[in-house]
Amino acid sequence: MAIRSFLILFILFFFSSLNPILSLYEDQVGLVDWHQQYLGKVKQAVFHTHKTGRKRVVVSTEENVVALLDLRQGEIFWRHVLGSNDVIDGIDIALGKYVITLSSGGSILRAWNLPDGQMVWESSLRGPKHSKSLLLVPTNLKIEKDNIVIIFSNGRLNAVSCIDGEVLWEKDFEGESLEVQQVIQPPGSNLIYVVGFASSSLFEMYQINALNGELLKHESAAFSGGFLGEVSPVFSETVVALDSTGLILLTVSFQNGISFQQTPISNLVKDSFGPAKIIPSSVTGIFAIKMNAVTIVIRVTDENKLEVVEKTNHETSISDALPVSEGQQAFALVQRAGPEIHLRVKLAHNWDDNLLKESVKMDQHRGLVHKIYINNYIRTDKSYGFRALIVMEDHSLLLLQQGEIVWSREDGLASIIDVTTSELPVERDGVSVAKVEHNLFEWLKGHMLKLKGTLMLASPQDIAAIQSMRLKNSEKSKMTRDHNGFRKLLIVLTRAGKLFALHTGDGHIVWSYLLQSLQKSKVCQHPIGLNLYKWQVPHHHAMDENPSVLVIGKCGPSSDAPGALSFVDTYTGKELSSLSLVHSVAQVIPLPYTDSTEQRLHLLIDADKHAHLYPKTPEAISIFERELSNIYWYSVEDDNGIIKGHALRGKCTGEVADEVCFDTRELWSIVFPSESEKIIATVTRKLNEVVHTQAKVIADQEVMYKYISRNLLFVATVALKGSGEIGSVTPEESWLVAYLIDTVTGRILHRVTHHGSQGPVHAVFSENWVVYHYFNLKAHRYEMSVIEIYDQSRADNKDVWKLVLGKHNLTSPISLYSRPDVITKSQSYFFTHSVKTIAVTSTTKGITSKQLLIGTIGDQVLALDKRFLDPRRTVNPTQAEKEEGIIPLTDSLPIIPQSYVTHALRVEGLRGIITVPAKLESTTLVFAHGVDLFFTQLAPSRTYDSLTDDFNYALLLITIVALVAAISLTWTLSERKELQENWR
Amino acid sequence: MAAVTPLLLLLLLSSAPSFSSGSRNAYNINGRVKIPQGLGTKGYALPGRMSNVKVLLNGGQNITFLRPDGYFSFHNIPAGTHLIEVSAIGYFFSPVRVDVSARNPGKVQAALTENRKGLSELVLEPLREEQYYEIREPFSIMSLLKSPMGLMVGFMLAVAFLMPKLVENMDPEEMRRAQEEMRSQGVPSLSSLLPGGAMN
Repeated sequence: MAIRSFLILFILFFFSSLNPILSLYEDQVGLVDWHQQYLGKVKQAVFHTHKTGRKRVVVSTEENVVALLDLRQGEIFWRHVLGSNDVIDGIDIALGKYVITLSSGGSILRAWNLPDGQMVWESSLRGPKHSKSLLLVPTNLKIEKDNIVIIFSNGRLNAVSCIDGEVLWEKDFEGESLEVQQVIQPPGSNLIYVVGFASSSLFEMYQINALNGELLKHESAAFSGGFLGEVSPVFSETVVALDSTGLILLTVSFQNGISFQQTPISNLVKDSFGPAKIIPSSVTGIFAIKMNAVTIVIRVTDENKLEVVEKTNHETSISDALPVSEGQQAFALVQRAGPEIHLRVKLAHNWDDNLLKESVKMDQHRGLVHKIYINNYIRTDKSYGFRALIVMEDHSLLLLQQGEIVWSREDGLASIIDVTTSELPVERDGVSVAKVEHNLFEWLKGHMLKLKGTLMLASPQDIAAIQSMRLKNSEKSKMTRDHNGFRKLLIVLTRAGKLFALHTGDGHIVWSYLLQSLQKSKVCQHPIGLNLYKWQVPHHHAMDENPSVLVIGKCGPSSDAPGALSFVDTYTGKELSSLSLVHSVAQVIPLPYTDSTEQRLHLLIDADKHAHLYPKTPEAISIFERELSNIYWYSVEDDNGIIKGHALRGKCTGEVADEVCFDTRELWSIVFPSESEKIIATVTRKLNEVVHTQAKVIADQEVMYKYISRNLLFVATVALKGSGEIGSVTPEESWLVAYLIDTVTGRILHRVTHHGSQGPVHAVFSENWVVYHYFNLKAHRYEMSVIEIYDQSRADNKDVWKLVLGKHNLTSPISLYSRPDVITKSQSYFFTHSVKTIAVTSTTKGITSKQLLIGTIGDQVLALDKRFLDPRRTVNPTQAEKEEGIIPLTDSLPIIPQSYVTHALRVEGLRGIITVPAKLESTTLVFAHGVDLFFTQLAPSRTYDSLTDDFNYALLLITIVALVAAISLTWTLSERKELQENWR
Repeated sequence: MAAVTPLLLLLLLSSAPSFSSGSRNAYNINGRVKIPQGLGTKGYALPGRMSNVKVLLNGGQNITFLRPDGYFSFHNIPAGTHLIEVSAIGYFFSPVRVDVSARNPGKVQAALTENRKGLSELVLEPLREEQYYEIREPFSIMSLLKSPMGLMVGFMLAVAFLMPKLVENMDPEEMRRAQEEMRSQGVPSLSSLLPGGAMN
């Protein structure tokens, strides 16, 4: 009886502690999660350094971020991520308090309050035709005490008031073929020059009154040689251009009529290097041209004579002009030479002297200097000092001052292309480990503090001490593998072609490597990084090898561009080898086979449908040839609406006599009718997903068998009209069709049409289900649907007698060629938000229930239990179904704020969510990336297999002590009582 | 936030947000986001800073920000039915269905999609506040008792002090009978207490 009551009590306790949702207390923020904010590659920077007040810099980036940074530490004061099609054309500071941004191809002008980033006004600018967008903030040009901003965009010149964004005047440049190149406002005057080319051989100049937009003068002159590329203004009434061959420099002066002065480049430099390109600069009298790898800096003298002042093979960046005292201009040149970068600051009219010459040691893996912005300050001895903000090839941003790097930001991490993970080394002697355990007293003290915290007896200082103790837990950032598998390396490939290894514990960069194969070179002008794969994951017999990753890139955006491979050791961060391929890379298939050194076999399919095997070893080939007939894959041509299945035929025949090249054959193809269906999404299961069991026990002791196949493909198509944006179609003319296709046979297992729906479709496929998100035009809400697929062929195996008599089909081989007997169940629900991406949690053994991770439009990540997307949900579940855990059906999916895994943070510009299983079955690691990075651990069914961090060991100890004390006390009491009984 | 709100009320009186037509089949959608003052101040909820609020059209096709007075506008929008979403940390906004009609520009047609409530003017207010964190319950004796350790102690105390009481209250005759029974059966084993053990 006692034990029974105890059991009841225990069960009661168990149920009382079951919390239906996963959630976080505010003081647990930062314990297992980290959040890093980035900006992307800086496009433009404007300093804001007044004599008093904070020194700040405004930047705009290629990730469409506008941000204000602290110049002292490089911290972000505020930041706004504009929409992906709202590309920033220019930024500047007006009135000393507004940041002006011009975006969306010059059609949106916004002003932001400089100190706090609040948007002050927004104007929409339109114009007659598409053109270059130019933003100009004249320092002291006023119309009725109102400072103005001059914008040229979409073929129209606008003057906009700084105060409220009102357009004060506008002037159209509608000339048929006029291409405006520059808008020049000579300082101190009320004139604006608009210069450009018309019909490729006419030079046009318009002089406009800045106060009212009145056209004062229009001149044009023909130059028979034509023009090429951009112009660079050298004086307020002189520009430099190139003729159409790129071999002759033209100095165009338009002060009194337009006059051309030709200077062949061969006159300036002895040896010509082919056609040149002008690098525009805003420095008076100085411009640069680039011919292949050679940069030539040219000075323009007062008589419009050209003079070469520097010719260098090094990549050179020139800053904009910085006005210093008495109308003088300073500018900076920066070059990379080996391990150092050389910075020179000069005055515009005095090339021979340097105001500043510094050499700064720079990490080799930052690459070349791409951009430089300078700013001056007055030193204590009243002389000028300069600070330089530089943007490197790996997209990082650094501040240089007095020959030192003051701070650096790894902004390349804002544009991650692909992510994979790698284990850390096993802990053993010689492996360096951070300082961890202190003595017992410290340990006890820590736990006493925690106990005080739980009992709410802690003073504010104590609470702060507890918090810092928890956050600084050195255990989590150790450089070795841990028992639970929480510590790993996240290997990320960025758009700049740099590989980073981030520690999952606290997100610090363990190593970084700039891949030479993904850098611009003579052979490859526009290299693109594509994917990351695990190349070698040592375990079992290859324990001493270091794990490595395979980076796949290609040269240029075309489909037949040659590929490039490189292999990087994830412990040391060094490139093991790299390969420039002769063939292209259209598709990469990691095969489920490894060789004796645990190198994974990868099959690369090129644009000509040849398959190439890597590694190119005889061992790999022999393994591969054994499995040749078991390898199938599919390809999607979404432009033509065709899905094709392929298999291998044998060694390549013909001109390429390559051991690792194989011919392929087409097995099947599905052609979607191009007028009514357009492929917008295809999703398969993750290759490394583990499924624990095929059987699913349902309420009334019945068993259902999940149809689990690695070769299922989910395809969503929409009507051609519905492939546009929301609001462009009516419900009647749009529909969405979802397919489940077997990729070995090309058989369509399931097809469902959603009428009145349209894309974008975001889907996730796991085990035997697929969940997809789309827009329902009829209800004008987003919807999420689930399809579950079950195998019916095993359904009769439940009969015990059949099993006994051997009449079951459990031993019959499973083949995809036999017609599968499947049934599908599906259901749809409304979902409030737009979605950017969907992922699903994954655990080591696949036992833990799953959660969907939904990246919402607000850049948050919502965890939603898969139980909410169960097609067996009904409005009134029976008692048995309730016990099984079926939730009553509702028309929309709940959004519980506590289940946002990103809690009160935003992963700005969210692009992808990656989940990696930890060793502990209950836990999965989640990494979300976009402009920001966010990492956390999740336990979809709570941590049932380990104690939480909060577990109070001290309370346990105290309880045990109390119990022992109580036992001894009752012992003595009972003995005394017994003694008294006996005396009676 | 606090400084902004008085200004908000003033402007509400002066102009009502509406749709204004533009040229060549392109329209502007103007509206405003209003976060009531009462919200966001109680508890330790995050004060929703106006500068971090984003307004999104058609799933991110256009993104705009709020002016200090809470107004926002989308420019050059074609006629049709659109969806506006508001992203603000700390608040839950319902997406809004907006009809921009080419026939009678200036007419307001907006409805919350969550509860199908029509809006007479495009003023978006949060449906509710969002608390991202669990609130730590203050320390109480009950929570300590409910913890496994508390239950252990409680159970032990119950056995130690209540069981003897139960035995005391028993009828002496019955007690004797039970003792005899026990003697005849021998020492009671643990298995006899378990449900399955009742058979032997």
